[in-house]
Amino acid sequence: MNAVHLYVEYLAIAFRGQMQYRTSFVMLALGQFLVNGIEILGVWALFARFRSLEGWRLEEVALFYGLVNVSLGIAGVVAGGFDKFAALVKSGEFDRMLLRPRSTALQIAARQFEFRRTGRMLQGLMVLVWAGAALDVSWSTGRLGLVILAILGGAALFYGLFVLQATLAFWTTETLELMNAITYGGCEAGRYPLSIYRAWLRRFFTFIVPLACVSYFPAMAILGRDDPVLGSPMWFRWLSPAVGVLFLVASLQIWRLGVRHYHSTGS
Amino acid sequence: MRPYWAVFGARFRTLLQYRAAALAGCGTQLFFGLIVVMVYQAFYRSTRASQPMTYAEVVTYVWLAQAMLGLILFGADHDVSEMIRSGAVAYELARPIDLYSLWYFRAVALRTGPVLLRMIPIGLVAGLCFGLGPPASSACAGMWALATVGSVLFGSAVATVMTISLLWTISGDGINRLLAAAMFICSGVIVPLPFFPDWVQPVLHALPFRGMADTPFRVYLGHIPVERAGLAVAHQLAWTLGLILFGRWLLRRAVRRLVIQGG
Repeated sequence: MNAVHLYVEYLAIAFRGQMQYRTSFVMLALGQFLVNGIEILGVWALFARFRSLEGWRLEEVALFYGLVNVSLGIAGVVAGGFDKFAALVKSGEFDRMLLRPRSTALQIAARQFEFRRTGRMLQGLMVLVWAGAALDVSWSTGRLGLVILAILGGAALFYGLFVLQATLAFWTTETLELMNAITYGGCEAGRYPLSIYRAWLRRFFTFIVPLACVSYFPAMAILGRDDPVLGSPMWFRWLSPAVGVLFLVASLQIWRLGVRHYHSTGS
Repeated sequence: MRPYWAVFGARFRTLLQYRAAALAGCGTQLFFGLIVVMVYQAFYRSTRASQPMTYAEVVTYVWLAQAMLGLILFGADHDVSEMIRSGAVAYELARPIDLYSLWYFRAVALRTGPVLLRMIPIGLVAGLCFGLGPPASSACAGMWALATVGSVLFGSAVATVMTISLLWTISGDGINRLLAAAMFICSGVIVPLPFFPDWVQPVLHALPFRGMADTPFRVYLGHIPVERAGLAVAHQLAWTLGLILFGRWLLRRAVRRLVIQGG
């Protein structure tokens, strides 16, 4: 069985397993949907008071909000194994994985899927659809394709952040809340166009964690807006989601470094 | 009262042990706070129309919310919900003390321990570098302290009701989350309540949830004048009392029909 086949098999098993507790599943998914969905009410209230955000309208901001939430939503569902990885190091269970004839990354990736966490993705999707309808944009195949690429690139970027968070556990044994700051802080910051922030935060989310490449740049291409703040050329905006995938590939390389460094806790 | 204070003390001391985690948490909260402050800064740059709060007030509000986030923690006690799941809750029932008070004091400790650890460093850094202003007056500071105590008492009463509800169904976890979502936005943590449209204000005002965050923060700012602060605190305490009575009644009913599955 090749790696992809195995991964899909695991995915199907996890889905069937979690569907056994259907009421609990629906309640938790609905809960997550509302907990996250309530945030858009806050954005709406601010727009009702301030009318515009440095020339951006609510439906434009909704595009940013939707993109980043769907991306993080997808990553949150499929990256559960990496998200909860520190527990495996602490309990020593990771030792067992090293003995199996598959790559550790594949085993961790296929270990846990959190389908209950589809709530964030769904609410992001709803906001995105609303933005798509409210915006004065002609939805050509190219633009729709770019939306999908931005979402996939974004999911890859957030997945990469979860991998890095797990990799840190090789050195610290504990999950650091510090990585949460970047993952969820990124989601928080990505809800608004990056141009409104101060230079240090813009640079951080462009050059260190390239969140801009999966939300700000593609969204600017879709909206057909000029980019006076960051001055990105148009061709780059169309290609930028690929940077998210590169980020994931780089994260997996760092993961392999971490595995080589691993010392069992002995528990 | 002695055993309840002991429960409070023991749990409080346990929570104070996680100092490294608290420090990392402070970093996270400072980062979040900075992002939120920048968003408000951009909003205020975009308008000349007068707003229900000044920019400086909003910045202080945001930092207070970051520093006190633990107080506004919603949801049932995780340890008790594990006990209910495993059946170990039977031991709780066997103790010769009042179960409601036991759970209530646990909830109070759960809120105060982590907050004390985080409040001081976040308050210091935000006050020195990021625009957290001082209280409007010493009278405001006094009322703020009172309203913060009220917030803890109220939040603990809500959490205890949520914990008790788990005795009916463990999938009540989902319902609790729905409730938490509604409370979150009505407390002012997401957006300061004065920014909501005027037509929602009476509803927000009547609901008790503003007592968790909005009341203490605006008393601190002097945005709720000192002479009206007493009324706001009374509102908090009245709701707290009501919820405690409701929780006690709920627990009595739950215990009567509780079945412990052997094992």
